[in-house]
Amino acid sequence: MYNFDYHRPASLAEAASALQGADEAKLLAGGQTLLATMKQRLASPSDLIDLSGVGELKGISVEGDSLVIGAMTTHAEVAKSDAVKGFCAALAKLAGGIGDPQVRHRGTIGGSIANADPAADYPAALLGLGATVVTDKREIPVDSFFTGLFETALEEGEIVTKVRFPKPQRAGYAKFANPASRYAIVGVFVSQGPGGVRVAVTGAGPSAFRVAEMEQALAGNFSPDAIAGISVPSSGLNSDIHASADYRAHLVNVMARRAVESAS
Amino acid sequence: MPSVTMKVNGKEVTADVEPRTLLVEFLRQNLALTGTHVGCDTSQCGACVVLVDGNSVKSCTMLAMQADGDEVTTIEGLANGELHPVQAAFKEHHGLQCGFCTPGMVMSAVDLLSKNAKPSESEIRHWLEGNFCRCTGYHNIVKAIQSAAERMSA
Ligand SMILES: Cc1cc2nc3c(=O)[nH]c(=O)nc-3n(C[C@H](O)[C@H](O)[C@H](O)COP(=O)(O)OP(=O)(O)OC[C@H]3O[C@@H](n4cnc5c(N)ncnc54)[C@H](O)[C@@H]3O)c2cc1C
Ligand code: FES
Ligand code: FES
Repeated sequence: MYNFDYHRPASLAEAASALQGADEAKLLAGGQTLLATMKQRLASPSDLIDLSGVGELKGISVEGDSLVIGAMTTHAEVAKSDAVKGFCAALAKLAGGIGDPQVRHRGTIGGSIANADPAADYPAALLGLGATVVTDKREIPVDSFFTGLFETALEEGEIVTKVRFPKPQRAGYAKFANPASRYAIVGVFVSQGPGGVRVAVTGAGPSAFRVAEMEQALAGNFSPDAIAGISVPSSGLNSDIHASADYRAHLVNVMARRAVESAS
Repeated sequence: MPSVTMKVNGKEVTADVEPRTLLVEFLRQNLALTGTHVGCDTSQCGACVVLVDGNSVKSCTMLAMQADGDEVTTIEGLANGELHPVQAAFKEHHGLQCGFCTPGMVMSAVDLLSKNAKPSESEIRHWLEGNFCRCTGYHNIVKAIQSAAERMSA
């Protein structure tokens, strides 16, 4: 790892100005991806801005019909939160299935979605619930947030501050996990709520995506049988040592049915 | 070089470190606490697990600076005149062979039992997802943790 200057600002405003003030600064959340990237010298920031001292980015709250999770909230905190369990049990279950306990103690929701790994779990939840990503500059509806492989709508120097989820009537998540890392080979999040039915897939493509055909079928009949015959095309899906594109396409249907079945 | 202060095994330590110093390097090189091992250096194996403010973390994937102001417990901090019940149970149930993974396994188990005093076998196995052992086949590790749980909640 190349050396860098380290900063731990105490407020969002200080973090934003530290980010502007440095040459090639990067934000540090849980470090569970960024530190590995720096060890491999795939990233060599001049400065790291550690967000762990910024109180505004912490905490979980229910505000009216929405659940708000601060960007620096860890996966372990989301998994054990009674507020999250009461609001959407599938979301707590998803957070509790990320990696292993040590990764969950450090990794954060903000870091996960800013990183936009194609196999990460949270993108499926945000897309599957129709969440809103709140930054220090604006609010970004999730449908325009994940823009490609490791790419998001975030601009240079923009800081995710929290994620806001609308309350679903029911929701479910099922993932076929890579047995080594627990990342999703395919994960599907489904929900039925005020905005209709949403079906979001992670792990299968370059970034999380929705399956309109399944959403329409489930809107008429929210049951696994309603989507049994709906397949997604394998062209454009990921293919690697873990699974071929064809196998991933097959798994999308299986995981979608399991997600519907588990929805509560 | 910036200075970092933390409480390690109950004792406050302060040192000047390069910001890129990993927590595990700080423990092993600055403090000569070599009980914490480095197996993979890529957050896969769990040989480097320590407790930071009561939560198990992989110290190869955390900067020493990130632990500034925190309380850190390593394998050296567990025994108190006699072995910690988890250590004693690993010894009694042959929960180790070469011993390389053992400090991380024990720290992970201590964290589990602090959060879930009576875990089921399945909960123990799931909790150990981030701790690899290349020798034991895990069975005796799980048995040791079950036995420690019984002794600690008795
Ligand atoms: C062994 C292992 C297994 C894992 N398994 C899984 C899994 O099963 N499922 C899964 O989803 N993930 C998995 N992960 C990833 C993990 O969930 C982390 O959450 C994720 O790596 C990034 O979160 P972080 O908080 O550590 O971010 P960091 O590594 O600190 O940062 C990641 C990126 O996001 C940027 N960033 C961080 N916070 C913000 C912010 N508030 N605003 C803007 N940009 C920001 C950083 O600059 C950096 O570019 C695994 C990781 C490891 C090491
Ligand atoms: S050395 Fe840290 S996880 Fe392997
Ligand atoms: S005892 Fe040898 S690696 Fe676990």
